Amino acid sequence: MFMPKVKALLEAHGRPPREVYLDHENSGWVPPEVVEAMLPYFNERGYGHPSITNKPGWEALEVVESTAELVADTLGGEPSQINFVHSGTEANNLAILGSAKALKRKGKVIISDIEHYSVLLPALSLEEAGFTVVRAPVNEEGFVDVDVLRELVDRETVLVSIQAVNHEIGTVQKLKEIVEVVKDRNPDVIFHTDACDAYGRVPLRVDDLGVDMVTLSSHKVLGPKGVGVLWLSEGIRVEPLLKGALSSQSLWPGVENVPALAGFKRAVELAFDNDLSKVRSLRDRLIEAVLSEVPDTLLNGPSGELRAPDNVNISFLHVEGEALTVELSLRGVYVSSGSACTSRVLEPSHVMLAIGRSYEAAHGSLLFKLTRYHSEQDVDYVVEQVIEAVRRLREISPLGKG
Amino acid sequence: MSTRVPLPYTPMVLELFRNPKNLGKMEDPDAFAQAGSPACGDVISIYLRISEDEVIEEASFESYGCAANIAAASILTEMVKGKALKEAWNIGWEDIADRLGGLPPVKRHCSILAVGGLRRAIRHYYEGRERPDWLPEELTTVERQALEEEEMIERLYGGKAAGR
Repeated sequence: MFMPKVKALLEAHGRPPREVYLDHENSGWVPPEVVEAMLPYFNERGYGHPSITNKPGWEALEVVESTAELVADTLGGEPSQINFVHSGTEANNLAILGSAKALKRKGKVIISDIEHYSVLLPALSLEEAGFTVVRAPVNEEGFVDVDVLRELVDRETVLVSIQAVNHEIGTVQKLKEIVEVVKDRNPDVIFHTDACDAYGRVPLRVDDLGVDMVTLSSHKVLGPKGVGVLWLSEGIRVEPLLKGALSSQSLWPGVENVPALAGFKRAVELAFDNDLSKVRSLRDRLIEAVLSEVPDTLLNGPSGELRAPDNVNISFLHVEGEALTVELSLRGVYVSSGSACTSRVLEPSHVMLAIGRSYEAAHGSLLFKLTRYHSEQDVDYVVEQVIEAVRRLREISPLGKG
Repeated sequence: MSTRVPLPYTPMVLELFRNPKNLGKMEDPDAFAQAGSPACGDVISIYLRISEDEVIEEASFESYGCAANIAAASILTEMVKGKALKEAWNIGWEDIADRLGGLPPVKRHCSILAVGGLRRAIRHYYEGRERPDWLPEELTTVERQALEEEEMIERLYGGKAAGR
C-alpha cells in the first residue's frame, strides 16, 4: 500500500528564495495583526465558555457579542441575526439543509450552475429527500441568465441559492436584480446567497438586497480558518444539523472557537478599513501582464467592476494546470488549478465547464487571489515565473505545436 | 462530482518532474505512439529507436499532463533503454509506480497510460512485420484501459475538447 511521506516531499521541494502565496481561495495566509488579536484568548482572557457564569466565560461571551455586532453592522443587519458556525462550508450546509428541514414540505430548489461545492452538494442531496433541484445556467462570463431564472421560479419553488461573487472566476452577480426577479415571481421563496467571496470586496447590504440568508467565511477575509457566519433574516426558520448542548449559538452546538472569533473580528475591521483600489490595481497589473506576455491565454470571468477586485483566473492552453501548480510551487509561486488532475475523478472545474470553456482550457486554468498585503514587486515576480513555467511545460507538451 | 484530493508525491516524482530524462520529440523514430486525450488532461507521446536485433537503443517522450504523468513517462523511457522489445513489453504499470516510490491511487492511471503508450508503440513497430510469438494478438488489459479512457472522454465530451 502507498504510504506517502509528505515530509520527504517537502525536503525534496526545498524553500524557494522568494515566495508569493496566491491561493487565498483554498486557504488563507493570516496577517500578523490578526494572529496577535487571537493570542490573548488562548490563555490570558476569554478562554472560558461563553454560556457559563464565570469571568473567563463572560469575557468569551463579550467576544462573541462584539463580533456579531461588528458583522451585523457591516452587513446592515442585527447582531441577533448573526449565527456563528465553524466554516463557510458549514454555513452553506446549514442554510440549504437546515432551511429545507424546517420547511416541512417538499418543493423546488434552484441554484446557479457555478455554486461552490458546499452549496451544490447539499442542494443535490435534497433530491434524495424528495425535492426537485434545478441549476440555473450562466453566460460565458458567469452571469446568471435572469430571463431563464424568471421562468424557473414557480409556485413550487421554496429555496433559491445564488452566490454574490463566484469563488473561481470572480463574477459579481447582479444580486439585487436577481432577488427582485425571484421574489416578484414568488414572494415566499427563501433566498440564500453564499457571499464568502463578496464580503469586504463588493457592496453587500442585506437591507438593500432583500436576501433572507447570507453565508460568510473568516478565512476569505484573511481571518483564521474555523469561523463561518450564517446571517438569517427575521422569521426565517432553520433547523440545526448538529445535535448537542446548544450554547450562545442557537443553530450550532459545541464550544465557540473564541480565539478564532477574535481573529475574525480583527480581520473584518481591517478589511473594511482598507480601500480596494490597491488590490484592484494589482489584479489588473497581473491580468494585463500575463495576457500580453504569454501567448494562447484566456481570461476566465468578466473584467473591470464586474469582476471581484482580488480575483485573477487565466487558462493557459496546451499545458495542464496541475503540472503548472507544481512547477510554480518549485519557483515559490503558490496557486491552484481547475484541472481534473487535482480532483478525485477525471473531471475539471464545473465552473469552467458551465461558462463554456473547453476541457483543455479548464485543465490549463490557474486561480490567483491577491490581497492588500501583496506588492507590485510580488506581481512582477509572479508574472516572470508564470512566463518561465508555461514556457517549460509547453516545451514538454506534444500539443499546440501545429 | 469532483472534489480535491491530497497528492503527496514522492521525492522521486518531484525530481523527475523537475529534471525529466529523455524528454523531447525524436526525429525519424522507428516506433511512435500517443496515448490519452487532452480532454482528460493527459496525453503522452512515446518515441523509440530500435536496433535490427529488436533492442530499444533510445527512447524519449513528450507529455501534456500532471507531474505524475511526466515522471511516469520519464522513468519508463529510462527503464526500456537497452531492453529487447519483448522485455520492454513486459514492463507493468506497477513496475513504474514502484520505481517512482509509489503513486497516489488517483494517479495510477498515469502509469497505465505510460505503459499503454509504450505497448501501442511496440505494436506499431510490428505493423507490416511478422508478429513475434510473445506479442499477443488481442489487446492487453493495460492497452484496453488506455483505449477505454480515450473512448470514455470522447464519448463524454466529444468535440468540446477541441474548442475553447
